[in-house]
Amino acid sequence: MIPLQHALIFGALLFSLGLYGMLARRHAVMVLMAIELMLNAVNVNLVAFSAYVAPGAFVGQIFAIFVITIAAAEIGLALAIVLRVYRNKATANVDEIDLLKW
Amino acid sequence: MTAFQLLFYLLSAASIVGGIGVVWSTNVVHSALFLVLSLSAVAGVFLVLFADFLALVQILIYGGAITILILFAMMLTRVADEAVVSDSPQKPWGVAAAAAFFGITAYAIYNTPWNVGTAAIQRVPFRDLGVSLFTQWAIPFEVASLVLLVGLIGAIIIARPEDRE
Repeated sequence: MIPLQHALIFGALLFSLGLYGMLARRHAVMVLMAIELMLNAVNVNLVAFSAYVAPGAFVGQIFAIFVITIAAAEIGLALAIVLRVYRNKATANVDEIDLLKW
Repeated sequence: MTAFQLLFYLLSAASIVGGIGVVWSTNVVHSALFLVLSLSAVAGVFLVLFADFLALVQILIYGGAITILILFAMMLTRVADEAVVSDSPQKPWGVAAAAAFFGITAYAIYNTPWNVGTAAIQRVPFRDLGVSLFTQWAIPFEVASLVLLVGLIGAIIIARPEDRE
């Protein structure tokens, strides 16, 4: 059996990669991909806890299903916004989209 | 080391390599393909952790739908023409934040007495999952479907071209 800590470390590594990508990338689609990595890391943690801490009760898996649902809605809306911004400003770099900055 | 453990470490290594590819690659299309590798490997990890249904959902939604959506968005924002994208000037802060997060989390993971039972991990039958989703979790389930509907309509309205007159 895999120790719980190793599954959690895997989740933390994936989340850190996502965090780095979210902060260090300029293109909005790249930022979104990094956010997907982070959401997946959260799902790994939920599934690991569900399997180890409360075997039999699969609440973690139910939560992960909802996280995937919200992630799907989020990526659809976010990509629509990216397309809209690209049409209006001809750029998809997040540091050039500063309409709300004074 | 049993086959299960070997499989877990191989899959998580593949997923981490894919994740590094996503944040490292300067070509956006390569980045998206690395994302497929990473998310499919996570589906494998779900299988090792006996979450069969989630592994299926993961392959269907992340391996299929979301990747296709991202590739389409790249095509429409013509980022694939330029191909090479630069990183933001806050890259060092990104490294610092990610390293700090990982350090703190790893410290917390290894210093928390986890209340892990000795019972072996058991497979959750699809039937139990479905029944519980439609009885105990019925209201969150309906709210999630409403969120999806709102997301669908919102995405259409936002992405629709404006009227020319």
